[in-house]
Amino acid sequence: MKKFINDIDSVMRESLSGMIDAHPGLLRVEFEPTFVARAARATKKVALISGGGSGHEPLHAGFVGRGMLDAACPGQVFTSPTPDQMLAAAAAAESGRGVLFIVKNYAGDTMNFQIASEMLDLENATVLVNDDVAIENSKHTTGRRGVAGTLMVEKMAGAAAEAGASLLECKAVGDRVNAATASMGVAFTSCTVPAAGRATFDIDADEMEVGVGIHGEPGRRREKVKPAGQIVDDLLGAILGDLKPARGREVLLHVNGFGGTPLMELYLLHHCASQRLREQGLKPVRSLVGNYTTSLEMAGASLTVTLLDDEMITLWDAPVQTAALRW
Amino acid sequence: MNTHLIIEALAAVQRAILDSESQIESLDRAIGDGDHFINVRRGCEVTVALSPDLKDMPPGLALHKIGMKLLGTIGGASGPLISSFFMAMGKTLEGVDEPDRRLFAEAFTSGVEAIKLRGKADVGEKTMLDVLIPVSRLLLKLADEEVSLSVMCAQITEEAHRNMLATRDMIASKGRASFLGERALGHIDPGCKTCEVVIAAVCDTVLQHNQAQETT
Repeated sequence: MKKFINDIDSVMRESLSGMIDAHPGLLRVEFEPTFVARAARATKKVALISGGGSGHEPLHAGFVGRGMLDAACPGQVFTSPTPDQMLAAAAAAESGRGVLFIVKNYAGDTMNFQIASEMLDLENATVLVNDDVAIENSKHTTGRRGVAGTLMVEKMAGAAAEAGASLLECKAVGDRVNAATASMGVAFTSCTVPAAGRATFDIDADEMEVGVGIHGEPGRRREKVKPAGQIVDDLLGAILGDLKPARGREVLLHVNGFGGTPLMELYLLHHCASQRLREQGLKPVRSLVGNYTTSLEMAGASLTVTLLDDEMITLWDAPVQTAALRW
Repeated sequence: MNTHLIIEALAAVQRAILDSESQIESLDRAIGDGDHFINVRRGCEVTVALSPDLKDMPPGLALHKIGMKLLGTIGGASGPLISSFFMAMGKTLEGVDEPDRRLFAEAFTSGVEAIKLRGKADVGEKTMLDVLIPVSRLLLKLADEEVSLSVMCAQITEEAHRNMLATRDMIASKGRASFLGERALGHIDPGCKTCEVVIAAVCDTVLQHNQAQETT
């Protein structure tokens, strides 16, 4: 394992400290329990709090700031945070209009946030993000995972909160964006969790994991690597098969890198994907390309499509000032 | 069973978990995401470190404290599940200084029920419940029978082992492995392996404790 590390047990703390130092005036961090919050508490708005395992940077702490989250709770690498972190973050961020938890559908995240929600003495609600169409949604499974589409939910619900929406209105926006969003990813390599010190899975040089999650966990199937256009066809096939958009619909296309794929290839994927969307009669009117929901240094990418309406476009375009997203 | 025994068991569990590192890790790498062992190890570390604070508490309160500590430390899915086990067990033993076999079996069962409730899972879904539920049933049954402690422990350990192995042939419908569909077949559930290791270590501790008492 070659990584920039001083001591395995202090990776998270040093990384978060660096992030705070790099964005003076924007963020603050607390340890024991750990959470990242806006440097100045926002007033008279619903407090949006998300969180999850570390290793997905910039998700979630990179999205704390005006127009998006009020606080984020980073867990250990690939391990959900604990309820005391969420309670402390809620206490630091709330301003009397309630707390909205944005939670990715992974068993650990849902259980810890659920306990926090039960223990929290403030009005609160939860948006559960489950955009990953690689997982069939059935009562026989844990259900679809929450992956890169989480950003769309955080951005649009964040814009609504900033504009003064109530707790239930923010939740409704989050739920609506989640329902209109689908993602699927493919990985070429595994990643190495620092504390484990070795690759999470072995994969041959000419193979890829299709339908991979964001924790380096194996996907649904393994295939030989194909040309980018064919990979895009496979991913978009599953995504559009799920969303079933009407022709002429405006969409947001998000090409997300897992941390180990250069932007050059991500833009290439965007080229292929936007072309396919147009061929299907859809209008990709908004785009986001880059490493936003990563899996340490895993090579690979996911595609996310969100079906837009006028309100969602307004929410997407609203100003945002965070470490990782700003316009 | 008293708090002294609980503290001994925590130390024995930590040793057994550390000894099983490579087995647990390789199972988790196959169908999990590689953080299970690290989380369990962290849980062991904090509970053992908590031991000095526990020693003057009644068992029920000690188990509750362990649960609260784990809830704030482990994270992931194991954190809420394991902490709810300890807290439910602690609640059943509230106000009892020396629980007998029957009460211990009831407390263990209430802990397992709490895991079922929190995780919304049951037997056959390739989770730790595939070891814990059969073990709790056997424990309740044996608690009412005239069997020696050594026979009881041997049977419990065997039941945990057998049910752990049986998860190899299951498709997961809960937990991280559920995303794999049929690819989870052929792999033992790492959570069940951990439970087996823990149960064996606790049984050993109980037996050793009992022998030490008989010889004094």
